[in-house]
Amino acid sequence: MDLHLQKISHSYDDVEVLRGIDLEINQGQIVCIVGPSGCGKSTLLRFIGGLERPSSGQVIQIGEPPTGSLNPLTYIFQDFALLPWRTVWGNVSLVLEDHGIKGSAAEDIISDVLARTKLTEFKKALPRQLSGGMKQRVAIARALAVKPAVLLMDEPLSALDSQTRELLMDDLVDLWLREGFTACYVTHNLAEAVRLGHRIAVLSRRPGQIRDIVEIDIPLEDRPNRSGELAGKQQQLWDLMRQEALAADKELLDV
Amino acid sequence: MSDRVAAGGEPKPTDINKTVPFRGRGFNPQPLGVIAPVVFVGLIAFWEVGSQTGFISDLVLPAPSEAFEAFLQLLETGMFWKHLSASLQRLVIGWICGTVLGVIAGMAIGLFSLARAALAPLVSAIFPIPKIALLPLFIIWFGIGEGSKVATILFGTFFPTVISTYGGVDNVDRNLIRMGQSFGLSWSSIVRKIILPGALPAILSGFRISASIAIILLVAAEMIGAEFGIGAYILLAGSLFATDQLIAGVAMLSVLGLCFAWLIGRAEKYFLDWRA
Repeated sequence: MDLHLQKISHSYDDVEVLRGIDLEINQGQIVCIVGPSGCGKSTLLRFIGGLERPSSGQVIQIGEPPTGSLNPLTYIFQDFALLPWRTVWGNVSLVLEDHGIKGSAAEDIISDVLARTKLTEFKKALPRQLSGGMKQRVAIARALAVKPAVLLMDEPLSALDSQTRELLMDDLVDLWLREGFTACYVTHNLAEAVRLGHRIAVLSRRPGQIRDIVEIDIPLEDRPNRSGELAGKQQQLWDLMRQEALAADKELLDV
Repeated sequence: MSDRVAAGGEPKPTDINKTVPFRGRGFNPQPLGVIAPVVFVGLIAFWEVGSQTGFISDLVLPAPSEAFEAFLQLLETGMFWKHLSASLQRLVIGWICGTVLGVIAGMAIGLFSLARAALAPLVSAIFPIPKIALLPLFIIWFGIGEGSKVATILFGTFFPTVISTYGGVDNVDRNLIRMGQSFGLSWSSIVRKIILPGALPAILSGFRISASIAIILLVAAEMIGAEFGIGAYILLAGSLFATDQLIAGVAMLSVLGLCFAWLIGRAEKYFLDWRA
């Protein structure tokens, strides 16, 4: 299943946030969206998953989601969004209950996703007992449980310290190599973008427009060994973003 | 600075080299479990000794032992259980009905814009009215019997519960609701599994307030036409200036309040153990 963003523009009251965004998210690819803060990249992600509606333009879903996909467009949030009163197991079970999956069927799915995210021994823990990295792993397990067609990740690593971020990034790469998921990954961290992205869309400052789309054709598994080339790509992205970030930084926050 | 360090060794505090003064003292309340009973027992003992020695006049305040005797008398005659059961029945029925209706109304205000627009100003307008002032109306509406007494407690507990419930719903993390929507959870699932548990801490702390209000209103409700009840007992004692019975009755209310607070504390422990 591919996603096609067509001429998406959006304004909150008088403030124009996004202008004429065209973007394709193709199956099996990780598309990163980078941009200075306040450029509307998280808003764009909410449009893609149908949590908000743009003022104009549309998101087209091309092709059917794979059979068995319970929730084709599934988010992973920056703040993890785990229910603090449910255990790790309960948080994953939450998203299955509404699909009528209970009992042993649910148990199989939950055990499987917890094993894939190396969380099996923490299944009875409450979110407050877990570190940030573990919480995000629970959120990833929860997302995998509904067999998504496209993962929509909203700065999933931004609330974590840099060591945890490295570890979780490796986990995401491993996961992609095994499962080849499709993802739209919003971040302001260029190192994450060049490490995970097949295509990187650079947004301008508000109103957000696509300044450029950078393609990185180094396979994900080879990237740690070709850090020189990646550094070049990262520099290229930074050159694109630098002026925008500088200007965005000086804007008054009145929205 | 280095030339001020004594040669060949660790720097030692001298006239020139001082240890950094500690400035982080205080503003850090510590639990001191023994203090509360000590204060309580000490106060009662002081009161008793004062009464025995005539330092506190019997007219001003009866000795705790006299109040305790009045309580024992109440136990011996078997009136204690009659008063207590009559009061408990009013309290429990009034409080349960008031809080159940209050939680329902509070959830409605929290969830539906129409209910919020219609009810929230009404609640704000009626909440500050002392329900005691409405007692004559309640008697006309619900009769001089149990109806008006239960209604007073019901109305008194309804409004604070509404306010704490919708405050709790408003404070549920929007991101959790977004999460629920993004996973395609149904409306009723989001309400039952995300909003209600998220609002529960506020609802339970509202219960603490409404339980105290219920006890306060109990005395008011039993002012008129009540034969039995702790409030009626206190009022009768008051009108006869039997201050020992009055103190005994007030102490019973206080213990009742402590029992309710303890029960709600247990409920909080049970339902909110996910909090740190």
